[in-house]
Amino acid sequence: MRKIKKRLASALRNFTFLLMSDVKLLIGTTVFVVLVVLGFIFPHFSPYNPKRWNQVPRDIPPCWKYPLGTTSLGQDLFWLLTFALQNSLILGITVATISTFVGVLLGLLAGYKGGYLDRALTFLSDIFIAIPSFPILVMLAALFLGRIHILMLAAVLCLFNWPWPAKQVRSMILSLRERTFIETASFSGFGTIEIILKEVIPLISPWIFANFINTVLVAIGAEAGLATIGVSSLEEATLGTMIYWALRYQAMFRGHWWWISVPVVTIVILFIALFLIYMSFSEMFSIGGYKK
Amino acid sequence: MKASVRYIISRIVSYIITVWIGLTICFILPRFVPIDPITVILSRVTAMGAYMDPETYQKMRETLLHIFGLEGSFQEQYFSFLSKAITGDFGISITVFPSKVNDLIARALPWTILLLATTTLISWIFGNIIGLLAGYYRDRKISKALQFFAISVYPIPYYVMALIFVFIFCYLFRIFPLLGSKGIGFEVSLSFEFISSVIYHSFLPALTLFVINLGWWILSMRALTINISEEDYVKFAEIKGLDKRIILNKYIFRNALLPQITQLTMALSTIFSGAILTEFIFSYPGLGQLLWMAVSSSDIYLLMGITSLSVIAVSTAALVIDLIYPLLDPRIRYEAKQI
Repeated sequence: MRKIKKRLASALRNFTFLLMSDVKLLIGTTVFVVLVVLGFIFPHFSPYNPKRWNQVPRDIPPCWKYPLGTTSLGQDLFWLLTFALQNSLILGITVATISTFVGVLLGLLAGYKGGYLDRALTFLSDIFIAIPSFPILVMLAALFLGRIHILMLAAVLCLFNWPWPAKQVRSMILSLRERTFIETASFSGFGTIEIILKEVIPLISPWIFANFINTVLVAIGAEAGLATIGVSSLEEATLGTMIYWALRYQAMFRGHWWWISVPVVTIVILFIALFLIYMSFSEMFSIGGYKK
Repeated sequence: MKASVRYIISRIVSYIITVWIGLTICFILPRFVPIDPITVILSRVTAMGAYMDPETYQKMRETLLHIFGLEGSFQEQYFSFLSKAITGDFGISITVFPSKVNDLIARALPWTILLLATTTLISWIFGNIIGLLAGYYRDRKISKALQFFAISVYPIPYYVMALIFVFIFCYLFRIFPLLGSKGIGFEVSLSFEFISSVIYHSFLPALTLFVINLGWWILSMRALTINISEEDYVKFAEIKGLDKRIILNKYIFRNALLPQITQLTMALSTIFSGAILTEFIFSYPGLGQLLWMAVSSSDIYLLMGITSLSVIAVSTAALVIDLIYPLLDPRIRYEAKQI
């Protein structure tokens, strides 16, 4: 117990040090944490279900009582936003977790085993990278007539997001395998799995994390894109469906700028924050141990 | 066998397989979903209040099955779909009933290609040049400002950027029109008025695509330049006192350009997806709007057509770039190791 506490403390100290040494990471993480708090803690305090219509007076610009204004459907934009953030983040994190895990695993496998498995996996991942995923997603979602379940959407997004990490991890493994310290480890009697866990993973973990963050961004963006065109699960509150309903009710041209700008500004802030985190982790990766 | 020949053959084989898998996905997906397009059409007919006796109904159903190529077993349908798709025949639209899907696509496609090709090319060229300079003079203030610009622009999704531009230029300042690619009442022609109208109307969608892509090319070119300028041979050239312009041009730029070309082929599908949404927001008469029309009326054949065509178009564009690549990279011409 004590040991764990000590470890946690040292990890925390390391992380704080990291944050302080990199402005990009600091800004990105701070904004992201604020949005996560907004998305995962605030919804529990919502005074009413913000998805329901006519809960509050319609079309009120931002004021003290309704900090972000209300929609023409009588929804409170602030509470709606917290719900939307939650759903979008859950979607993004689910997709990123699964596809990064699968991708890294397959990449490790392909890089280490080589042979037919490697060739097949490389070929498959190249194809999935080349196929434009968006029209296919639109087609699939359209066939469900705007009622596709958000988890179904997540599953399809995973299908298109595993090849990139797989391809990258594979090429990293191929170049790492030639390095002396891996050979040393292998000669000192480490097994393959041990080498991967103790030598390879720590080295490429910044990249894996960067890729994870990037996939969160891509998945949230893809869902919002689908929603904008009107084929996501429109009854759920996500950042995309908020844009959809605002566009549907011509919020911008009726002068209800707050309705459309709330999701738009949130997406911009969220994505820039995620991208900053992504950038600083991939820089860390290229500066640290691994470099071709 | 010569290395370049092997490269070209392997690239073409992978192209064919990519297109095949893409088309197969397009064929299989609609068959997993419990919507029967024939029933959709028939219900539309009967919804108008027309009465049909069961015999006519059955006959009509059979005719429609024939028209849409839904006769026969699964394999027969699959092969007829594939053979038709290769010749560019995607069946008949449900919304605009008797017209062919490829006619609709043929009307929209030139607009998309025009928009995409121009913006991608211009932003790639500008991004590379700016990124090179920003990477080489990375301690200057302007380089840092450019980096800041790129970081804050690139992660924004295309449609969000489009909305921001609509808000600024169509709502706040009312400089640009919101709709269409050409003014109403214009016929397609080569006159000055027509061309200027096209440029005026497609300026905002083009700007959206341009700005975001520019951000990405600046970022990646800058990183590449920084990496390369730390190589020993560049350091040596600097110590030797070579002209900076020569170092930039011949030592850094040419080496950094190759990965940028590879990046371009891989980014194509993302750019294409983004362009579709941008077109939708601006009601630009390209594939994006057609896709939206197909979605909003659940026109499965139009959807299948657009998706299949997107797969073919994007992979073909990538193929073309990849086939030009050996001309630019001498290593592929001489080395058998590549790919």
